[in-house]
Amino acid sequence: MSDTSSPTPGGPGAAAGAAPAEIDASCRLPLLVLFASAAAWLLIASAFGLISSLKFHAPNFLADCAWFTYGRVHTAWLDAMLYGFCIQAGLGAGFWLFARLGRAPLALGWLAAIGAVVWNLGVTVGVLGILAGDSTGFETLEMPGYAAAIVFLGYVLIGAAGLLAFHQRRERALFPSQWFIFTALFWFPWIYSSANLLLLKFPVRGVTQAVVAWWYANNLLNVWLSLVGLGVVFYFVPKITRRELHSHYLALFTFWMLLLAGSWCGIPNTAPVPAWMPTASMVATALMVLPLLTIGLSVYRTLDGKCSQLLAHPSLQFIGIGVAAFVIAGLMNVLGVFIDFGHQLHFTWFEPARLQLHLYGFFAMTMFGAIYYIVPQIIGLAFPWAGLIRAHFWLAIAGLVFQILPLTLGGIVEALNLENPNVAFITVVKETLPFLRVSTLGDLSIALGNLFLLVNLIGVMNRFFRLRAVTAYAQVTADLFEPTGVKP
Amino acid sequence: MNYGPLVFLAAFFAFAGSWFGFVLTPQLQIGQLQQTNTIPAGEIYPVGRPGLAHEGLEVYRAYGCAACHSQQPVQTGTVCDVILNDAGTNQPALIAALRTLNPDWSEEQAKEWLTKLPKPVRAGVDREEADAALKAVSVGGAKAALWIVPVGPDIARGWAKRRTVAYDYLYDYPVMLGSQRIGPDLVNIGLRLPDANWHLRHLYAPRLEVKDSTMAPSRFLFEKRKIERVASPDALALSGEFAPPPGFEIVPKQEAKALVAYLLSLRADAPLYAAPLTVPAPVSPATNAPAATNTTATPSAK
Repeated sequence: MSDTSSPTPGGPGAAAGAAPAEIDASCRLPLLVLFASAAAWLLIASAFGLISSLKFHAPNFLADCAWFTYGRVHTAWLDAMLYGFCIQAGLGAGFWLFARLGRAPLALGWLAAIGAVVWNLGVTVGVLGILAGDSTGFETLEMPGYAAAIVFLGYVLIGAAGLLAFHQRRERALFPSQWFIFTALFWFPWIYSSANLLLLKFPVRGVTQAVVAWWYANNLLNVWLSLVGLGVVFYFVPKITRRELHSHYLALFTFWMLLLAGSWCGIPNTAPVPAWMPTASMVATALMVLPLLTIGLSVYRTLDGKCSQLLAHPSLQFIGIGVAAFVIAGLMNVLGVFIDFGHQLHFTWFEPARLQLHLYGFFAMTMFGAIYYIVPQIIGLAFPWAGLIRAHFWLAIAGLVFQILPLTLGGIVEALNLENPNVAFITVVKETLPFLRVSTLGDLSIALGNLFLLVNLIGVMNRFFRLRAVTAYAQVTADLFEPTGVKP
Repeated sequence: MNYGPLVFLAAFFAFAGSWFGFVLTPQLQIGQLQQTNTIPAGEIYPVGRPGLAHEGLEVYRAYGCAACHSQQPVQTGTVCDVILNDAGTNQPALIAALRTLNPDWSEEQAKEWLTKLPKPVRAGVDREEADAALKAVSVGGAKAALWIVPVGPDIARGWAKRRTVAYDYLYDYPVMLGSQRIGPDLVNIGLRLPDANWHLRHLYAPRLEVKDSTMAPSRFLFEKRKIERVASPDALALSGEFAPPPGFEIVPKQEAKALVAYLLSLRADAPLYAAPLTVPAPVSPATNAPAATNTTATPSAK
């Protein structure tokens, strides 16, 4: 066992690796770039989210500016959230896990940092493109082709560094987290290139486009994010509580279910396509109950049933909420398909509620836990404002409650109304408005929490670099103040 | 799973499976569709959208209209109606048949019922019952027809005539089916609301046309300009709080016209083998007679 009592892939004679401090130092540059830009995008995304939410209080709000129509702002929110925050934060956490679990310093940290810069350039171009009206029209793949090319290039650079980090590991045995993140590393370029080539470069005809777009969206939202998020959960829960992961077989089962069943979900039951496609998706969605159970069981058994241990560490609090949100969002997904007799539920606010719970409740919360744990390690300083971390946690919880509850309820009410043709559509809309307006409180709360994350990150980086500058200055100027005679 | 290559193979295997299922197979099955014929008229379907409507699709995409509007109506099933069009020559036999179908009818009632045709003998029944009724009333030269009627909440709401199928989107790029109904489904909007001026006014000020609408106005699609010698024929007829100040007019830009042309081109009502429905013959605009005067299903003309 090493000093960190980190999840160690068992087996005697594990190779001696590099010291954690050395590993952390090697991660510093790429991770700071990835995490800081992820946090910045998160704040931008919450600003977009707030604007689109405000549109339901006053349809005239920012209506005279074509750049801020609901269709564009909402899309910008989704893409800033997904490509700006989720993927970058996920990759950052993945790098650290690779380095720590592999007990080897990152070899090409600078390459990953350059990749992250290119990636951010691509996302910036993409979000501006969407606001300017160049969205592709395919949900979750809205960034125009020219931005997608830059994004992909950035990913290739980051991914190459990631693969090298995986390859150069000194601890050969693999921990479950490594399966998840290693797979995710490949999964994204596979789906992203498939979707971009078949939808933008050599577009397929007619409704096949919609099928490919659904397939891509599902693989990104439900497979990629789950792979990375669960990889992080499997690592941090045993590590911070200093326990052994309950069962590698359970983790393996979760992994396989996520890949085999998860990648077949996503075609809605109203899709104008041959009936076997929605049916296949429905079967896959039903199977997704299993990984929900196993992940819950894994975490529960790892903690030996003492879930209060999750409260012990701020990072674990975030991750614990993340696991709960993953299970609830997954159940909403399964139930949503099976209680949707009128085929209307997925058209309502129920679906955005589920998406938000998955994106923010599960993925972002898990990443917050990881960021709050990793950043102090890689720069050797604590966050300057521990109070802001606590505030972020509670604001995030409040935000989730104020968003998910009203939107879920509003969605169910809306679905019941839509199923009854005697209810005029305008009445349907009017009855959802109160729910939507309450959810704006959630947007506000989440945005404030995200601001605290960015402030804390900037604060700690500022401290670090100032300290470094002071030390460097002291070193450079040291001999100026020494007696002239004793110079070596 | 302690080896990187093994994990890679697992991932690749899973990915390939889902790629094969939801990328390759759909492409093989519906990616190569060609035009089809409407049934029974035999017209070619679909035809590409006209130029301006095609331009409008780009406007629809650029402003993200699909964020609020779906284009995939829900159809929960299909029922049959049996419509009696012509009583034929052997009225007593027909009356007897009708009384068998409706045991509580008196002879007088049946005779009374026969005075104004066409009328449904059976409505909203399954195929078997409809066939039986059809057979029963086809006596003595009486002419009855079986109508296929799609049903579902969206169809009852008037949003659509039938469910849509791959053919309906054959020539669109991008295909924007939408995922949420913040606003109504638009798959049949061109048939539902065929007035271009209504759409222009609605885009400019939604609440002018739909009280309490939550749709955001799209005033950036219009130009407010001073009336030179004569008012533009394109100028919107606006009144009340939405009217421009005196001496000014609101004129739609090209984008607005294109968007409206696209909306008007949205109509999925052609009877297809894959999505059957019986379409009443077009009503001559000169009369106020109810639709459905003959049974030959004809798609409403383009």
